[in-house]
Amino acid sequence: MRRVVVTGLGVVSPLGCGVETNWRRLAAGECGFKRIDTFEASDLACQIAAVVPRGDGTNGTFNPDDWFDPKEQRKVDDFIIYGASAATQALKDSGWVADTPEKQESTGVLIGSGIGGLGGIYETSVTLREKGPRRVSPFFVSGRIINLVAGYVSIMHGLKGPNHAVVTACATGTHAIGDAGRIIAVGDADVMVAGGAESPVNRIGVAGFAACRALSTGFNDRPEAASRPYDKDRDGFVLGEGAGCVVLEEYEHAKARGAKIYAELIGYGMSGDAYHITAPAPDGDGAYRCMKAALKRAGISVTDIDYVNAHGTSTPLGDEIELKAVERLLGNVEPKLAMSSTKSAIGHLLGAAGAVEAIYSILAMQANVAPPTRNLDNPSVATTIDLVPHKAREKEINIALSNSFGFGGTNASLLFRRAS
Amino acid sequence: MSDVAERVKKIVVEHLGVEADKVVDKANFIDDLGADSLDTVELVMAFEEEFGVEIPDDAAETILTVGDAVKFLEKAKAA
Repeated sequence: MRRVVVTGLGVVSPLGCGVETNWRRLAAGECGFKRIDTFEASDLACQIAAVVPRGDGTNGTFNPDDWFDPKEQRKVDDFIIYGASAATQALKDSGWVADTPEKQESTGVLIGSGIGGLGGIYETSVTLREKGPRRVSPFFVSGRIINLVAGYVSIMHGLKGPNHAVVTACATGTHAIGDAGRIIAVGDADVMVAGGAESPVNRIGVAGFAACRALSTGFNDRPEAASRPYDKDRDGFVLGEGAGCVVLEEYEHAKARGAKIYAELIGYGMSGDAYHITAPAPDGDGAYRCMKAALKRAGISVTDIDYVNAHGTSTPLGDEIELKAVERLLGNVEPKLAMSSTKSAIGHLLGAAGAVEAIYSILAMQANVAPPTRNLDNPSVATTIDLVPHKAREKEINIALSNSFGFGGTNASLLFRRAS
Repeated sequence: MSDVAERVKKIVVEHLGVEADKVVDKANFIDDLGADSLDTVELVMAFEEEFGVEIPDDAAETILTVGDAVKFLEKAKAA
């Protein structure tokens, strides 16, 4: 198998647009939560969300016109625009331009989404019912379906290699990066733009996740305190939106063109819980096995891991199960690793979460700083693992693990090593 | 310019994102104004909405230029 490295990063999140803004605000312990004010939320159990800060594009704000043809914007749901922005950022960062037929054919796209264009499906359903089928837009389908992020990105940048999309709920972004790495490793492409995008912050999205009792409902008057992974007062996750994309590249290919190499993707593990449609298996075995598989693929030991970016959504069940799975992985070894949940800053970006968190893991290695778990006042269980409460911590980070677990019992882990 | 022509041109400018001075009677939606086949479907829907008329598919197929649309809608309005 060929070696795969990361040569470009791009992110749009509730902390802002762009890698530098995201890292600066994340490391400073800032967050992106607020009361929902873009749609009627007074009758929803959860009235808060983590939304992308919009503006003119300066100061880390997101201006869709900077990334997506203004006349195309009304044809698509926001997840496509976020994904296009993250992909374009990552490509620009990598310096890779597919400007010959050979380069175009060796460069692919693999960007997923957990749900896709939920808002547009909702609005079009209303139109269909109220006005009939002749009022359904010809862009209804193309602007909502998940693989159209990869479709638009390929068209915008002329990328003619493998074109694919992953749909594994909250593990989507992690699977997308892992699968794209495999495509390069076996030689089907030299460069892949990979990641996830999501825009679920709308009335039907919040109502749906609230209905399955996944969302925080007790902090509507204190949005910034709602996402509190591992804390005893946590009561659910906060829905977020955005996108993350990386440029993955075959090692020799990156070296030959003198690319800046952020990290090597050394491990990727997957597993299934075979337990429940929404709840994680109580024994954490699925999480344990996917981390184990990533370690095996990387050929390293658990003691080599310096930082874990946890799935840690702030739900009462999930956080402790993941923590126990990491403890089981460590066995009797005294933990030197730090483990934090950056969902305490950006909420749960569903299909984009794994991609954004992989980027945060890589940035943690770059800075040798473990980003904090905000709001962790009182851990619900005792652990010897450093969960990095409240404040970022300086720490040498050479190897980072990023976990994602999704509805349906799907689990994925990525392992990155600092580029030597 | 007739009231119908003005409203048609406004819709075309908005939907296709083109300069107003390019939206002349003989401008072909696809060849001159950069529309694709889905854009033309959406344009016809926007005309229907704006003028409160139904444009059947076989009629829509004959609306290729801005002038075609104006002519069709003036006739439909008069009927």
